[in-house]
Amino acid sequence: MQEKHNAKELLNKTFDALLPLLAVPLALIIGALLLLIFKVNPLTAYWSLLQGAFGSVSGLTQTIVKATPLLLVGLGVCIAFRGGIINIGGEGQLIVGALAATAIAVGFPNLPRMIILPLTFLGAILAGGVWGGIPGILKSRLGVNEILSTVMMNAIALQLSNYLLRGPLIDPAEIERGTQIAQSALLPKAVWLTKLVPQTLLHSGAIIALVMAVLVYIFLWRTSIGYRIRAVGLNPDAAKYAGIPVQFYQALSLMLGGAFAGLAGAVEVTGVSHRMLEGLSAGYGFSGIVAALFGKLHPLGSIPASILFGGFLVGGRSMQRAVQVPSALIDTILGLTVLFVVSADIWSSYRARRRLSNG
Amino acid sequence: MTETKPSLLDQIHLQEMRMEGIVKKFPGVLANDHVDFDVHSGEIHALLGENGAGKSTLMRQLYGLYRPNEGRIYINDKEVSFHSPQDAIAAGIGMIHQHFMLVPSLTVVENVALGLKSSRGPLLDLDVVEKRLMEISDKYRLKVDPRSYVWQLAVGEQQRVEILKALYRGADLLILDEPTAVLTPQEVDEFFGTLKQMANDGHALIFITHKLHEVIAISNRITVLRDGRVVGTLNNDGVTKTELAQMMVGRPVILQYNKNPQKPGDARLVVENLSVAGDRGSDAVKGVSFELFSGEILGLAGVSGNGQRDLAEALAGLRPVREGKILLNGKDVTHTSPNHHITAGQSYIPEERMKEGAIKDFSVADNIILQDHNRPPYSRGSFLDFKLIDERTTELVNQYNVKTPSNKTPLKNLSGGNIQKLILARELSRKPAVLIASQPTRGVDVGASEYIHQCLLEQRDSGTATMLISEDLDEIRALSDRIAVIYEGKIVGIVDAATTSVEDLGLMMAGVLPETLEKQTVAPAD
Ligand SMILES: Nc1ncnc2c1ncn2[C@@H]1O[C@H](COP(=O)(O)OP(=O)(O)O)[C@@H](O)[C@H]1O
Ligand SMILES: [Mg+2]
Repeated sequence: MQEKHNAKELLNKTFDALLPLLAVPLALIIGALLLLIFKVNPLTAYWSLLQGAFGSVSGLTQTIVKATPLLLVGLGVCIAFRGGIINIGGEGQLIVGALAATAIAVGFPNLPRMIILPLTFLGAILAGGVWGGIPGILKSRLGVNEILSTVMMNAIALQLSNYLLRGPLIDPAEIERGTQIAQSALLPKAVWLTKLVPQTLLHSGAIIALVMAVLVYIFLWRTSIGYRIRAVGLNPDAAKYAGIPVQFYQALSLMLGGAFAGLAGAVEVTGVSHRMLEGLSAGYGFSGIVAALFGKLHPLGSIPASILFGGFLVGGRSMQRAVQVPSALIDTILGLTVLFVVSADIWSSYRARRRLSNG
Repeated sequence: MTETKPSLLDQIHLQEMRMEGIVKKFPGVLANDHVDFDVHSGEIHALLGENGAGKSTLMRQLYGLYRPNEGRIYINDKEVSFHSPQDAIAAGIGMIHQHFMLVPSLTVVENVALGLKSSRGPLLDLDVVEKRLMEISDKYRLKVDPRSYVWQLAVGEQQRVEILKALYRGADLLILDEPTAVLTPQEVDEFFGTLKQMANDGHALIFITHKLHEVIAISNRITVLRDGRVVGTLNNDGVTKTELAQMMVGRPVILQYNKNPQKPGDARLVVENLSVAGDRGSDAVKGVSFELFSGEILGLAGVSGNGQRDLAEALAGLRPVREGKILLNGKDVTHTSPNHHITAGQSYIPEERMKEGAIKDFSVADNIILQDHNRPPYSRGSFLDFKLIDERTTELVNQYNVKTPSNKTPLKNLSGGNIQKLILARELSRKPAVLIASQPTRGVDVGASEYIHQCLLEQRDSGTATMLISEDLDEIRALSDRIAVIYEGKIVGIVDAATTSVEDLGLMMAGVLPETLEKQTVAPAD
């Protein structure tokens, strides 16, 4: 009887450990069934996904280019989350960051790179910070739920972008030509980020993002401000008891989260498109949240998670081209994977807790 | 059910209950290790043991809340196996938990009737229930108004309702898990009267406690549990508190402290006419005034829920003050933030240590720097000095005997007593001018309690002004120089600890003013 008990316990624990690992294949199997419905060979499809994302220099560099804004947004999500705040506003914060970067760069076309580049980035960081700071202050002063307010700030940012790209910020050439495409003028070359590999899209923004990930790690775990943010996030009552102004740090963590998304916006306009476009954010603000969750809300864990998601985005497109399925199907498979992995994680920790209390 | 059991008061079906070789494992803990325990009709059997000894776990298995890993339970020599409390109730077992399970918005009768089959089918038979309830109530002197709502009742009354409920359901064997924790000394006396009456009527009673004098006062037999094992089962004739304490802890224990004569100093904390709103909005602290001097321990005695918590939080700056004044070290800190109180030299050991006093997901070392992480020496510039923090933690962990695998261990992996020692270490090492200690030994085992008490006394001797808030009157009396008694948010009186009797303190805890008290209980001197 005793042995049976132990064996069962061992089985349980093994199962828990395997759960998250099983989640990905399981999602892929369900995806394969969907692909079969579309009369597509799943193996070909998945192979083309892998090849597209990591199988060539161009694929790999594209993956990293996509991973860069995901990582930056994800870092912001990590900081806010560590402060106990859920930041859904990455999209809006990224947009206002890109807008601010554009306005500054276009506004001072003749300044030297040494001055204009930092200025552009600073502007984007501030704009993102303000966009995260407003919900932060609403939360700390009035108790407004940050999930709702950050989502609303997304909508406002989108409308602001629509207005600016059709009015004050529109490329004068578009008006001359009469095409009226809603995009800004080309940014002066002085703010273009350096290419890391010639003939590819890969730019120095990736290095900025990596350095930032390490800095965020140091900030959160080595400094007294990081200590405070984590204390507030883990136990606001104890933080208050310790004399930490809880609400201030909640607002601060959301503001910093916004600042990182704003930085992502600047990196996108100066590194990739070299101008502000409609739809520049391309859902990075949301995918960045998922990447951060995948990285267990740890700045360093977010690095591989962002690369994985960047790979999905790039590989997904080549899979679509290779096997001719609707892009919605690829999004579905991606979504399934996220759903499975996150639920497996929650389920196994739930099981662990239940085992603990049941004996 | 009410109709079919005509005389549920008089028939006792359960003659004997026996647990044999009970083993219960939790991950990493052997909560019960081959425990034998028995109780028979007409007997009060006390189950004594430190916190974490496995008392509640043993009883939860008897009540069908947990299944034992090994061992058997017999009732009247027949083996039984309970899958749920319903099974246990059907076998005549009732359990009174420390936290009551009543519905506040229902009346007493409704609470008793809840979940029972009505004798009138779909219609309620509250009048029938009430009649029978009053019979039981009269018989056992469990006074309670059957029509009042539970939220209107004091804690002691709610406990009576829980007992009535169990008896109404035909419990022959009653398990009482630390029932006296919520009662004044007078209420305890009354309650013991009830227990004796029940035993006389043939009920079997299991009385769980860690208070030695209560065990000696009430029980027929005593079983002592330590680390999940039975240390011994004794008849209660001639055993002493010292013997029991030693069995419980496994080594000789000090029950009486030798206090050095007091060297009173200047007033460190002056509270004037303080009113504080409670959680429900109305004032929980009403016009309280007192002074706390350097080198003294002022005990704050009172039954749980009379404003102690709100007062402590207001003193720490955690709860807004509605009216009045707090002077800390001569500085007015009335409407300031907790940080002001901390920097003005106050330490606070909160009642709910896991909720407020520590961060369970932080490491031991991180918890040591909770208040001072942004001050030198722990941080320079904005960077934490991990080497120094680690050294300091090791020093405190050793000095205060905190048992932890390492300084990096998450706090949640430590036992309650060790967490409390760690908090104490942190608060005392800050060399506070004023220390507010709220329930510093609640949930802490005897060994650690003793150690914490010694630390508080040392601190007093070195000049700290300490306010000790506790619901344990023995603790208050053992440590305090003066005792303030709080009742319904007001200080009933502040009396000398050495010369005031338990009875007088008990009366004050029920709201009797000390002036009237002398006329009633003490013959006029000379
Ligand atoms: N549900 C549970 N899960 C895990 N451990 C438990 C659980 N209940 C009790 N324990 C552990 O079992 C031991 C005995 O606890 P308990 O029976 O509550 O002691 P007591 O009632 O004597 O204070 C303790 O070490 C406690 O931490
Ligand atoms: Mg217990």
